[in-house]
Amino acid sequence: MIRLENVTKTFDSYMAVDNVSFEVPEGEICVLLGPSGCGKTTTMRMINRLTELSSGRILIGGRDIMEVGATELRRGIGYVIQQIGLFPNKTIEDNICTVPDLLGMDRKASRKRAHELLEMVALDPAVFAKRYPKQLSGGQQQRVGVIRALAADPPVLLMDEPFGAIDPINRAVIQDEFLKLQSALKKTVIFVSHDIDEAVKMASRIAIFKSGKLVQYDTPDNILAHPVDDFVADFVGGDRTLKRLQLVKVADAMQADPPRVLAETPVAEALALMQKHDHQSVVMTGPRGRARGLVRRAQLQGAQGMVGDHYERIPCTIQVDDTLRNAVSMMFSNDQTWLACVDQDGFYRGYLTQRGITHLLGATYRDA
Amino acid sequence: MMKGAHLANFSMQALRLAGYALIFLAGVWFHSSGALEAMGAYGEDIRYLTVQHLQLTAISGALAIVIGIPIGVLLARRSLGVLGPVVAQVVNLGTTIPTLAILALAMTVMGLGTPPAIFGLTVLTLLPIVLNTIAGIKSVPPALIDAARGMGMTAWQILWKVELPYALFVIFAGIRTALAINIGTVPLAFLIGGGGLGELIFTGIDLMEPGLLLAGAIPTAALAVAVDLIGAQAQYWLVPKGINPLR
Ligand SMILES: Nc1ncnc2c1ncn2[C@@H]1O[C@H](COP(=O)(O)OP(=O)(O)OP(=O)(O)O)[C@@H](O)[C@H]1O
Ligand SMILES: [Mg+2]
Repeated sequence: MIRLENVTKTFDSYMAVDNVSFEVPEGEICVLLGPSGCGKTTTMRMINRLTELSSGRILIGGRDIMEVGATELRRGIGYVIQQIGLFPNKTIEDNICTVPDLLGMDRKASRKRAHELLEMVALDPAVFAKRYPKQLSGGQQQRVGVIRALAADPPVLLMDEPFGAIDPINRAVIQDEFLKLQSALKKTVIFVSHDIDEAVKMASRIAIFKSGKLVQYDTPDNILAHPVDDFVADFVGGDRTLKRLQLVKVADAMQADPPRVLAETPVAEALALMQKHDHQSVVMTGPRGRARGLVRRAQLQGAQGMVGDHYERIPCTIQVDDTLRNAVSMMFSNDQTWLACVDQDGFYRGYLTQRGITHLLGATYRDA
Repeated sequence: MMKGAHLANFSMQALRLAGYALIFLAGVWFHSSGALEAMGAYGEDIRYLTVQHLQLTAISGALAIVIGIPIGVLLARRSLGVLGPVVAQVVNLGTTIPTLAILALAMTVMGLGTPPAIFGLTVLTLLPIVLNTIAGIKSVPPALIDAARGMGMTAWQILWKVELPYALFVIFAGIRTALAINIGTVPLAFLIGGGGLGELIFTGIDLMEPGLLLAGAIPTAALAVAVDLIGAQAQYWLVPKGINPLR
């Protein structure tokens, strides 16, 4: 969708961007990452021609950007900057409709769309549409900055550290909101950041820059698992393996099809099952498979009757679509060596052990 | 921002009150000086000269606004490089030239009468408008221009939709200052044959007749206050809410 071919930018004699080529497929978020001054902003601004290329080509949807007039090109590309840049003399809805108005789109329709977009980022149009930017908090302004870029429904979005000026808690909320928007709108996004955690969270692909050169272009998991050199390894951080935890879903790391018992299973049968799997405990499910409780080997030893007479509460369960990062955090905070994994309806789907996690994260290094 | 607005509001009110007090005191003195009789006697002249005075202000003020804002916009262009600040500095120097000198220069070139008076007044009124327009446009945050360009606005659209609205409040302040100077200077225009209330003032001085002098001075002061009041209201209502520190 967006394709850079041998793109170079020199300021006087200084090479800000040096022979960079990469391609962002449609609907993906590409995060440009790297230390200050490495050329991320310059690379991004060449795509909407706020900075002119020195050499090379940029194609959007197969079309060279130089074939279109600069203003026409920009009206077809959403643009979000760290300083937000809302027009203080315009109301929020007029700000959002800047590009639709420039394009001469129907006013009524564009205001309606503006209100929908406001709702999508949890800002009540009845309250905010007629306000002025100075009457909004920084986080609220940043949300408006993002939806303003979406108002004319451009296929491509350029975002230069859009959440850089927001406090960490609000930033996480806006990132989540943006990912939700993106899953509905499927824009092709180029996103500049210098925060590896943000990149790992947002990106389908990460492009790592070092003094104007593209040093690695890959999926977040591959960047974390296989950094091409010491620079990338250093940049992503010594805890890069831990960072991968937030990329992997519980469902991918758990032991599926786990052994289970029912309330009416005899104690002896439950003990035999645990012995067979070498487990210290086993989950008891309801008749249709919902996780109901657990029994421990030590407790059942020498006991009589059925499992239903001896079970206890499960201390904590994790959702299968949660991240490993949350799973590990739950293990540590509850002092558990394993977690029962359930789906949204509470059905028991598998279990996750510390050893399983270690094995999974270690696998990429053993293969390599 | 809010604090500044309050302060501006407060000082403006204080000024206005002081103005009223002054008018009142003047009234007291004026009663005892026989000015009342003079004003009665010259009523017809005062009315005629006040209209003339306002005409001079309106014409020169309108010219100054129409010429001054574009000059300010031009001088604030970043594409001018160092030329912009250099010319702005020259304009700044211009503010130090005494009013009478400008009027005298206008007279030497254009002779006596209304045209040189209007020319001189326009030049005087121009300066604060140009300077405030430059200051207003330069105060637009670069990020705002960047956002506007990035969304596909042309240079003209940026000027009309972003820069001028952003600078409007400061430009208005310049216009108010300029008009205040203008009204106070119009009496001098009489010296080069421009007419206006200066006729009464200077004749009063010449004849050592305080009543006559006041018959010219008091309406001039009242006009200045009235025009500034109108200017304040215009500034309050015409500058959009989002960028108006008073609202
Ligand atoms: N207009 C310009 N003129 C001259 N040099 C420039 C210009 N714009 C950027 N540069 C230089 O190009 C290099 C890359 O700048 P760029 O803004 O792309 O960095 P960045 O990766 O976005 O950094 P940051 O994370 O600090 O925003 C820097 O060394 C910068 O000084
Ligand atoms: Mg940057």
